[in-house]
Amino acid sequence: MRRFTIQFLTAACLLTTAPLSCFAEQALIAVASNFSSPARAIALAFEQESGHSVRLSQGSSGKLYAQIYNGAPFDVFLSADTEKPALLVKEGLAIEGSQRTYARGTLALWTIDDGVIINAETLRAGDFVRLAQANPRLAPYGLAAQQVIASLGLTQALAGKRVIGENISQAYQFVTTGNAELGFVAMSQVLVDGELVKGSLWRVPQTLHSPIAQDAVLLARGLNNSAAQEFMTFLTSAKAVSILHSFGYSVESDALGPVGSVEKTDG
Amino acid sequence: MDENLAAIWLTLRLAATVTLVLLLVGTPIAWWLARTRVWFKGAIAAIVALPLVLPPTVLGFYLLLTMGPNGPIGALTQSLGIGLLPFTFWGLVIASCFYSLPFVVQPLQNAFEGIGERPFEVAATLRAGPWDRFASVALPLAKPGFITAAILGFAHTVGEFGVVLMIGGNIPGVTRVVSVQLYDHVEALDYGQAHWLSGALLLFSFVVLFSLYTFNRRASSSVGPRV
Repeated sequence: MRRFTIQFLTAACLLTTAPLSCFAEQALIAVASNFSSPARAIALAFEQESGHSVRLSQGSSGKLYAQIYNGAPFDVFLSADTEKPALLVKEGLAIEGSQRTYARGTLALWTIDDGVIINAETLRAGDFVRLAQANPRLAPYGLAAQQVIASLGLTQALAGKRVIGENISQAYQFVTTGNAELGFVAMSQVLVDGELVKGSLWRVPQTLHSPIAQDAVLLARGLNNSAAQEFMTFLTSAKAVSILHSFGYSVESDALGPVGSVEKTDG
Repeated sequence: MDENLAAIWLTLRLAATVTLVLLLVGTPIAWWLARTRVWFKGAIAAIVALPLVLPPTVLGFYLLLTMGPNGPIGALTQSLGIGLLPFTFWGLVIASCFYSLPFVVQPLQNAFEGIGERPFEVAATLRAGPWDRFASVALPLAKPGFITAAILGFAHTVGEFGVVLMIGGNIPGVTRVVSVQLYDHVEALDYGQAHWLSGALLLFSFVVLFSLYTFNRRASSSVGPRV
C-alpha cells in the first residue's frame, strides 16, 4: 500500500513538474560579492542539471557571516576566505566536514593602459602616484597583495602610495577610473571568458603570497535540503571547474592555476 | 586603540571643516532660493536636493569619476596644480560638501522664507541697504535655522560612510574616518572594538547634539517677538 502511494505520488509529480526532478528543492546560497558572477553561472548550470532551484544572495563575507550568525535563512555559504566558514563550523552553525575550498583566486597587478609591460620591476621602480589594493584585514586579495609587496621588500617604499579599497571591487574601481595607475585586483575581474579585455596585467606568481583560498560550507539549515547538498557536490564537478577557469579562478587540483590567454603578458 | 583615536580626530576635523564651508556656501544659495522669483528656481532647488536621492556609494563612485584624471573636476584641479582630489583630506571635504549640501541649505532656506517681506520693507524705509538688511535683519532672525543647519551638516558628515568609502582609500589619519574604521571592525568580525567605537561615537554625538539643541532653544527664545 505504502509503495503504491509513493509510486502514485511520483507519477503525479512527474506529470506536474516534468522535466524537473520530482524532489526538486530550493536552496538559498549566500555568496561573497567577488564570486557573484561565477556563482550565477554555476547556479544556472546546476539548475539545468539537477532540476533544483537555487537563489543567490550576495554580500561581503563579513556581513554574510553576521547574518548567518543571527539566523539568516541560508543553506550554503560561499565565503571569500577560509576563516569564516571554519568559524561557523566551530559555532555549530555549519556542518562539520562539509567545508571545502571551491576556488583559488589569482592575483593580478593591473593597469588601465593597454600594451604596457608591468611586473615586479614596475613596483620596484615606483614610477606611479597611487597603487590600489583591497583591505588586507578584510579581503584575502588584499592580504595577498600585502604579502607580495612584503615579499618584494617594498613595504616601506610603497607605504605612501598605497590606497586601500574595502574589497577588490573598489580596488578595481580606483584603477578603472584612473585614480590609481596600478592596482592589485583579482584575475576574475579583468578577464572576460578567459580574455583580457582592457589594460595590461601581470599575473603575480603564487610563490609571492599564500594561496587565496575561498571555502564553501553547508550550513546547519541546509542539512536536510537536497538542493543544498547537491550544490555542494556540484561545486567541485568538472562542469563547475570549467566555469571557474573561464572566470580566472583555479581550483585545488590545478597544478599551475588556470590556463589562459593572459600568459603572454606575464612579465 | 590609537587607530580609533586617530579616526575620531580626523572625523571631527572633517565634520567641522565641512560644516564651516557649507555654512559659507549654503547661506548665499539658501538666501537666493528664498528670495528669487526666477523661473528656474525650482530646478536649482531640485539640484540641491539631488544628493539625497543617490545611494551614497553610488554618489561616491561618480565623484571618483569626476574627480579622477579623466573627469572634469580632476582636469580642473590638475591644471590648477593641486593634483587629484581622491584619497586626500580636501577631496573628502569637497565630496562631503556635495553630500551634505541639502542638509544645510534646506533649514536655512526655510528660515529665510519664514522671515517674510515685512522686516525687510521696514528696514528699507529706515534706509538700510541690501547688505545691511541681510546682515542686521536676515541673519539674526534666521539664527535658529543656522543652528539647525550646522547640527544637520555636522551630524550628517560624522555619519557619512559611502562617499568616503568610495573616494577615501582608507588611509590612516588622512581619509580613514570613524565610520570606515567602524565598518572595518564589523567586517573583520572584531565586534569588541566595533562596540567600543560605536558607543564612543554615539555618546559624543549625543553630547554635541544635546548641547546644540539646548543652546538653540535658548537662542530662539531670546530673539524676541517676531514682526
